[in-house]
Amino acid sequence: MGMGAGMILGGIDLVALAAMLMVASTPILLAATGELIAEKAGVLNLGVEGMMIMGAIGGFAGAVLSGSPEVGFVTGAISGALMALLFGFLTQVLLSNQVATGLALTLFGLGLSALIGKGFEGVRPPATGKIDLGALADLPVLGPILFRHDWVVYFSIALVVAVWLFLHLSRSGLILRAVGENHEAAHALGYRVVAVRLGALAFGGAAAGLGGAYLSLVRVPQWTEGMTAGAGWIALAIVVFGSWRAERVLLGAYLFGGVTVLQLRLQAAGYAIPVQLLSMAPYVITIVALVIISARHRHGAQAAPAALGRIFHASR
Amino acid sequence: MITLVARPAPSRFWAWATPVLAVLATMIAGGVLFAILGKDPVEAIRVIFWDPLFGANAGYFRGQLFIKAGPLILIAAGLAVGFRAGIWNIGAEGQYIVGALCGASVALAAYPAESVLVFPAMVLAGALGGWAWGMIPALLKTRFGASEILVSLMLVYVAQNLLAWAAFGPLKNPQGFGFPGSRNLQQYPSAHNADLVAGSGIHWGVMAGFAALIGTYVLMSRHIAGFRIQIAGDAPKAARFAGVAPARLVAFCLGLSGALAGLAGMFEVAGPSGQITDSFGAGYGFTAIIVAFLGRLNPIGILLAGLLMALTYIGGDMAQLMLQLPAAAIQVFQGMLLFFLLGLDLLTNYTVKWGWARA
Amino acid sequence: MNRRSFLTTTAITATVLSLGLGGAALAQEPLKVAFMYVGPVGDMGWSFQHDQGRQAVDAAYGGRVATSYVENVPEGPDAERVLTQMALAGNKLIFATSFGYMDAVMNVAAKFPDVRFEHATGYKRADNVSTYDARFYEGRAVIGTIAGRMTKTNKIGYIGSFPIPEVVQGINSAFIHARKVNPAVEMKVVWAYTWFDPAKEADAAAALIAEGVDVLMQHTDSTAPQAKAQEAGIYTFGQASDMGAFAPTPRISSIIDNWGPYYVARVGAMLDGSWASTGSWEGIGAGAVGIGEISSAVPAEVKAEAETLAAAIGAGTYHPFTGPLNKQDGTPWLAAGEVADDGALSGLNFFVEGISAQMPQ
Repeated sequence: MGMGAGMILGGIDLVALAAMLMVASTPILLAATGELIAEKAGVLNLGVEGMMIMGAIGGFAGAVLSGSPEVGFVTGAISGALMALLFGFLTQVLLSNQVATGLALTLFGLGLSALIGKGFEGVRPPATGKIDLGALADLPVLGPILFRHDWVVYFSIALVVAVWLFLHLSRSGLILRAVGENHEAAHALGYRVVAVRLGALAFGGAAAGLGGAYLSLVRVPQWTEGMTAGAGWIALAIVVFGSWRAERVLLGAYLFGGVTVLQLRLQAAGYAIPVQLLSMAPYVITIVALVIISARHRHGAQAAPAALGRIFHASR
Repeated sequence: MITLVARPAPSRFWAWATPVLAVLATMIAGGVLFAILGKDPVEAIRVIFWDPLFGANAGYFRGQLFIKAGPLILIAAGLAVGFRAGIWNIGAEGQYIVGALCGASVALAAYPAESVLVFPAMVLAGALGGWAWGMIPALLKTRFGASEILVSLMLVYVAQNLLAWAAFGPLKNPQGFGFPGSRNLQQYPSAHNADLVAGSGIHWGVMAGFAALIGTYVLMSRHIAGFRIQIAGDAPKAARFAGVAPARLVAFCLGLSGALAGLAGMFEVAGPSGQITDSFGAGYGFTAIIVAFLGRLNPIGILLAGLLMALTYIGGDMAQLMLQLPAAAIQVFQGMLLFFLLGLDLLTNYTVKWGWARA
Repeated sequence: MNRRSFLTTTAITATVLSLGLGGAALAQEPLKVAFMYVGPVGDMGWSFQHDQGRQAVDAAYGGRVATSYVENVPEGPDAERVLTQMALAGNKLIFATSFGYMDAVMNVAAKFPDVRFEHATGYKRADNVSTYDARFYEGRAVIGTIAGRMTKTNKIGYIGSFPIPEVVQGINSAFIHARKVNPAVEMKVVWAYTWFDPAKEADAAAALIAEGVDVLMQHTDSTAPQAKAQEAGIYTFGQASDMGAFAPTPRISSIIDNWGPYYVARVGAMLDGSWASTGSWEGIGAGAVGIGEISSAVPAEVKAEAETLAAAIGAGTYHPFTGPLNKQDGTPWLAAGEVADDGALSGLNFFVEGISAQMPQ
């Protein structure tokens, strides 16, 4: 680990910590980025956990049956997207309540994934390789932090950038935001509100599915019932934390992942801080950071898309 | 192509008929699922829906229905008020846990003194604990504009850590040989929240659930505060003109739902559960959100939705035991039931017409 | 059916059954045995291993026994209801497989004196309630020995779940035996505060690896630490199940919960009428704790040393907690040659001398 004394603080190697937090944050970053798009279109889908776990089994099954992790990530994304479209059918076509439908989706996904997964317990998936970035990986400090990961880590960051560009610079992004801010006005202007929302939901589901597949194919890697263990809920919270902005979602996911990793590092290094306090730290620090951001930008509370969670029915 | 036409007023007929239709549809879809898993679908549906209510030993299971539904109803009653105002308390699970911790702490501090004052003091502590945990997101929202969704959700995890700390530390049973978990309050008469009629399943928490339903009904339909809550939810901007102080409304709604969730936790720890353990929080706070919306945020609806959810849990466990259905199949079945209930609710507010229209 | 108390119903059922006891009905009716699990049977850890035990019962007695189970039962009132359901459904022997079921078992057992209950890892017993547990610390002594021999950095990592006696016994036992073969060994402990959360377990493993450990033990159930260890090129041990998919490296051996022999014996006792309430705490000797195959990555002499130790523990000639041992703060615990008694062990809540990690309090 010889990264030079400057990078070691209180016995903790900050370079290794930064590399760890990027990997640790990837599943929630993927899911949160997807949910950001859905919420920007005005749909509150609380079923992220259900979509993630379906992505986890869908991806795992796809990778094991095909022998290719890439195929697995595709089937994982499709599984998540299908779940999201089920949610979309209920909330956009049958106009059901979004909060309750999202919670039901989580329940349904946890059960269905366990049923599908019955034959996949104890199986090992094909390995997802690291990307060889040659000389970049050997750079001091930056090399180990940035250039020694698998492709999904880079993909998750690229996705954040793409979503930022889409929302801010593209015409489709403008329409998506218009639909999320005021669906009646968007409808009056001739935009197809339901179609836009279904598209946004499918994207959100696919991203959550990818996050789930990353858990079952890279982080664990094995299939076990309930293996997302609440990651979907954290992803939902990260979207709110990021006040519906892509760059802040990235910050939020890395902050949460970073504090989680740091508390375990402090334990491993033998710091005499009560373990329970450390375990609470990621949640408390997320709250504190949100309070600081909100207090500095008083409009933070109004950053939510105005039509978020509201039912749209075109009366004319 | 299907077109939906909004009804001028919700249909009274369909308001009652859709839940029945949804349950029937679930029986069919669930039956197909069970048949695929190689079980007799008719028998499975009977074990889940019929046996707990009317089968052998139904006298026992009907009581269990109240034990399971009690906390759901009590929490959902409070949540519904906030949801109507557009205030999103997602963290009832945390308020439930903190209420239980506070109630149990009072009892364990008083142990082994027998006094009629112990139980009322626990009730007060449970409500206060839940209220205080609910007031944290309220305060951060009104003072700093921090989203109550995130803060209340994060506080669930903080509460779970507090619970683990208490179960392994200060509340640990001194006669428990170093194992985690508190004394069992069922064995401490002054603190025990027993069935009011033995075997009925109706304890003070269930009574409090009924009282909360009546109380919130009166609040919403007969009181000016209910009117303010309603318009705050329907038309936030108009609410300001009508003199609604958003900060007080946020504090009221989060405080109320927190206090009721705290009470639910306290009654649970003093009664059916009996103990503070690290696994005390069993997800009632999250299920209650489903119950609130399934009941259309309306007291009678919440009562029925709570009992229905409880029935699927109890019947689901029976189906596991009697038919060896995996727990996962029961979860899928519950998910389908919720989808049908939520999706078919459309018929209450809209008429479906066949024809061509731009979507 | 009228609303009548279930106790009346039960009394009638019991009478009917006891009338039938003398007849031939009993010989033909299979004995009904039920198992209650806290997790899903697919958790590949705790509940999975208990279900393996249930399947061993099926295999041993065939048609003479009918087993069933309910999975994912939360501790508390749900457990009490499911146990009651099991008793009402005619099960005569019921295994409740989580510590948190203890008071529920006692409550239900009091209402059904004719039904026998077996509670895993608890300490409350009655005429119709037995308790049983496994001496996992015996297995930890064996893998601690391997760990002490295999480490190059002299740092061993340990992912703990919760600071309960069972886990504390394991950490102490592993440390004592690692240090016995390698006096320079240090042990780093991280408490995950979960039995199962793959992401958190992976992070805990990464944290320990960053701290320089090159052998990792876990008392949590997921395989996430195995994958992390493989990436880092260090050694691990399977936990609860064999985790053989990760052999020969990083998994170089494992400590397996093997409930089958006990379950088969207890069901057998029901069948021949010899069942009596006991408190069983078996280890390597009775087969309750298994040591998974020691992989080819371990040198032959280390493997032999570990197997000799396992044999000595199994034969009862050696106890992993044999003095001289001091507590972490240096105060004496066991004098030379003194062996820890079961009472002290079952409530163990301190580390032994030499472990630098703090005990959460």
